[in-house]
Amino acid sequence: MWGLIHKLGSPKWFYQLSARLQPWCWGAAILLLVTGSVWGLFFAPADYQQGNSFRIIYVHVPAAFLAQSVFVTMAVAGLVYMVWKIKVADMAAAAMAPLGAAMTFVALFSGAVWGVPTWGTWWMWDARLTSMLILLFLYIGVIALRGAFGRRDSGARAASVLAMVGVINIPIIKYSVDWWYTLHQPASFTLTARPSMPLEMWLPLLIMVLGFYCFFIALTLMRTRSEILRREAKARWVQALIEEAR
Amino acid sequence: MPLSETTRRVAVISEPADKQHLGIALGATLMRDLNRMRRRPGDVLNPLVFYALAVSLFPMGISPEASLLAVMAPGLLWVTALLAALLSLDGLFRSDFDDGSLEQMMLCPHPLTSLAVAKVAAHWLLTGLPMALMAPVLGILLALPMNSIGVLMASLVLGSASLSLIGGIGAALTVGLPRGSVLLSLLVLPLYIPVLIFGSGAVQAAIMGDAVLPHLALLGALLAAALIFSPWAIAASLRISING
Amino acid sequence: MALCLEARQLGCERDDRWLFEGLDIDVKGGDIWRVDGPNGSGKTTLLKILAGQLADYSGTLRWQGNPLHRARAHFAANLLYLGHAPGVSAGLTPLENLAWYQALHGERGSEAQREAALSTMGLEGLEDVPAGRLSAGQQRRVALARLSLTPRALWILDEPFTAIDHAGVAALETQIAAHAQAGGAVVMTTHHTLNIAHPLCHIALG
Repeated sequence: MWGLIHKLGSPKWFYQLSARLQPWCWGAAILLLVTGSVWGLFFAPADYQQGNSFRIIYVHVPAAFLAQSVFVTMAVAGLVYMVWKIKVADMAAAAMAPLGAAMTFVALFSGAVWGVPTWGTWWMWDARLTSMLILLFLYIGVIALRGAFGRRDSGARAASVLAMVGVINIPIIKYSVDWWYTLHQPASFTLTARPSMPLEMWLPLLIMVLGFYCFFIALTLMRTRSEILRREAKARWVQALIEEAR
Repeated sequence: MPLSETTRRVAVISEPADKQHLGIALGATLMRDLNRMRRRPGDVLNPLVFYALAVSLFPMGISPEASLLAVMAPGLLWVTALLAALLSLDGLFRSDFDDGSLEQMMLCPHPLTSLAVAKVAAHWLLTGLPMALMAPVLGILLALPMNSIGVLMASLVLGSASLSLIGGIGAALTVGLPRGSVLLSLLVLPLYIPVLIFGSGAVQAAIMGDAVLPHLALLGALLAAALIFSPWAIAASLRISING
Repeated sequence: MALCLEARQLGCERDDRWLFEGLDIDVKGGDIWRVDGPNGSGKTTLLKILAGQLADYSGTLRWQGNPLHRARAHFAANLLYLGHAPGVSAGLTPLENLAWYQALHGERGSEAQREAALSTMGLEGLEDVPAGRLSAGQQRRVALARLSLTPRALWILDEPFTAIDHAGVAALETQIAAHAQAGGAVVMTTHHTLNIAHPLCHIALG
């Protein structure tokens, strides 16, 4: 068990393993995303209340899911790095942070666009959107803190601690924002809390969510691999790879 | 010295430090910070003056209308308290980091977590508590209804302790960075949001005549959680910062 | 109990660059170790690791036969570390600074003891002046007063002679030699040519 963890954690091994995984992830991501988009945008029935504008859900909800789970994954990677000193975990965390921030931004932007036909305004202090906005600030904090340190290892540790602190706080923030929202009730209904969604509406949504996850995994693998090459540039096996490529 | 230089022998001490000694170390660290700040009253007063000044800007920016101000008062008082607390955070570990005292704290037989709590406690006694004490005056400036003044103070006392603890994490993470104070606000403010929500919520509930206790209980729960988690996070962050 | 701090295959990697590696050091009672090397060769880092301040090193460190991280409290009770920065708080008087050091180690001490320690460092009359108003050399002397105030077996001193005048340097050299003579151990860095009547051990870095 112990040996396996450290074997997985060695950059070389991870590089080779991810080379085999990556095509599958890309394939699954493209397949799922194309299926989900076509189904969701052309074949799923229009919403009786919102008409066709509800179809933004097929981007908004997967992005929002991903935004939150990427932060948790990043914190777990940070913990693994801090406790077992596995460098690949930190490289993955570094590769993930901008992706998570981008997903948060996509969720916010699609929410804003959705707000125009639904609420008649670009921004509403809806509980979900507010939590997303705070999450974006948390992401920016982690990315900025990592970059602020002169030594990379210290930056990595600091970012790990902050990600862990953030992940403890996310449920608290979410809970407090929901509490705040129910006390004030500015809008009559939220974007996505629908009473019941017919099967032909949520099945494409499920496919899109899975597609987004595969896309994220593929992209993270790719970014982690280039990070490995960058940091291990002096290692013998990387030099051998370069020789081979020539 | 009773023994002459030639006969004196240096011995390795074998007994470990006992619990009672921790009390001495914590008390001395707390008193040390209070003493230091007593000699630099400006550092204590500046956040308080900032608090008063920033609060008095709002009527000029919004309107002197008492009914309008009273609606916004809980939020304004709390947001400004947040910013004032933030202003004082940068100095929490900065001088200890610069003069090497922090290294000495890391090398004493007591856990850094408890020493960090002593330092945060000193910070709270000199910023959070005075802010809570001066809040009633600022509440009157913003036409806050009299029946909510007590709740305002109680919420600030509880909430500012959480602010000091959570802020301590950010201060510890950025203490080694040359321009850490801007980054500090970016790191800490999102984490302050639950305290802000429950704190200003308590005051609003008091104004409306709703139950105040749930809000205060939640503030207390936040404080308990902050007390459990932040000392570890602060100690870990200080170790990272000292590492360069 | 005899003093023994041993390092085996000690190394430190910073951002994929090895500052040093494969160091074997045995610090025993009566030793004076001097760490040499050019700027940036990791002297301060090595001292911080030996003092148990940094955890990111490779190899093993043992104090009295036990791994250092497990014997931390015991090790800390026998260690006197003076860092690059003297650790003297500008807002406190020399007496208060010393009292805080003692309290950190659970000692209450007495005012008379502290005054005596300060006067051996030539700081009579400055006991109650805030340290911020003292010169750099005087601040360093406040920190060095701990050498006689809080007896510890192992001294780890990072550039202790910085900002100290000639007379102070000679006195400190005597004090270091006497400490080793009495069975204590010293690990230090300095750019200054040591004039000590005691055999030196060397660690060369870089």
